[in-house]
Amino acid sequence: MTDETRKVAFICSKGNLDMAYPALVMGWAALGNGIDVTLFFTFWGLDLINKERVDHLEIAPVANTSMKMSMMGVKNPNLGIPNIMGVIPGMTAFATKLMKDKMDAIEVPCVREYLQMLVDAGAKLYACKMSVDMMGLKKEDFVDGVLDIVTAADFMDMTEGSQIIFI
Amino acid sequence: MATRDIAGTTVQVNEEGFMTNPGEWNKDIAVELAKEEGIVELSPAHWQVIDFCRQTAASSGKAPTLRTITNGAGVSTKELFSLFPKGPAKKVAKISGLGKPEGCV
Repeated sequence: MTDETRKVAFICSKGNLDMAYPALVMGWAALGNGIDVTLFFTFWGLDLINKERVDHLEIAPVANTSMKMSMMGVKNPNLGIPNIMGVIPGMTAFATKLMKDKMDAIEVPCVREYLQMLVDAGAKLYACKMSVDMMGLKKEDFVDGVLDIVTAADFMDMTEGSQIIFI
Repeated sequence: MATRDIAGTTVQVNEEGFMTNPGEWNKDIAVELAKEEGIVELSPAHWQVIDFCRQTAASSGKAPTLRTITNGAGVSTKELFSLFPKGPAKKVAKISGLGKPEGCV
C-alpha cells in the first residue's frame, strides 16, 4: 500500500432518479475503502442537492429503451412499454414508484439519506457556479453538506491527482 | 490457503490478509490486527462494532456492510468512520476475522 491516498471525483450532471445513484453507490464504496471522495454537481445534477427537489427525483418511461414490462413481473424480458403509453399522465409517477419500491426491497437508501451518509463519511460536495447562476439558485437552496459553489477551474484545482468520473 | 501467526495463534488467511475461518478468531487476534490497521487501542466503541459484526456474520454467514453496521450496532456513520478511519469497510471486517463485506450499501 502506498502512503498517497487515492482520490476519486464524481461529476454528477443528471437529475433523473436512476442517474442519481451511480455516484452515490460508487462514492460510498470508495469512502468505505479509504478513498477521498469529491462530488461536483452540475446542470440537472443540482437536483440531487436541491432541498426542494431531492425527494422528488423521477424516472420517465418515455424514450427509455431499457425499461421493460419485466420490471412489473412480465416474464418476457424484451416486451417494452410503448412510448405512447409513457405520455399518459401519471406514467412517470408510476415508473418512479416502481423503481423506488425495487430500491426499498433491496434496502437501498433514498437519495437524501445516501447523500447524508456520504457527507458523514467525509465526502466533499460542491455545486457548479455556472449552473447555479443559470438556474437562479443560492447556497441556501442546497442540502447540508454542500461546502461551496465553485467554478469549473476551482474544481480542476481541487481535484488534482484525482480520478474523475463523469455521470 | 496461506496461514500466518497472529497473537500466538496460527490462522488461515487469504491473499488479502482476511481470515478465512471466523472460528479461529479471538480477541487477542483482533487487537493485533487492529494495530496492523493503525488502530493502537480498541475502545469499548470499537468492540461494540466488532461484536456486532461477529454476531451478524455468525447468523448470516457474511460480513455486514457499513450500512448494516450503522443500522444495527448503535454507531452513526460519522462515528464508524472516526473509529476505523480510512476505509472502515475492509478494516472492520479484517479485525473481526471475517471476509470482505458483500453488498454495495
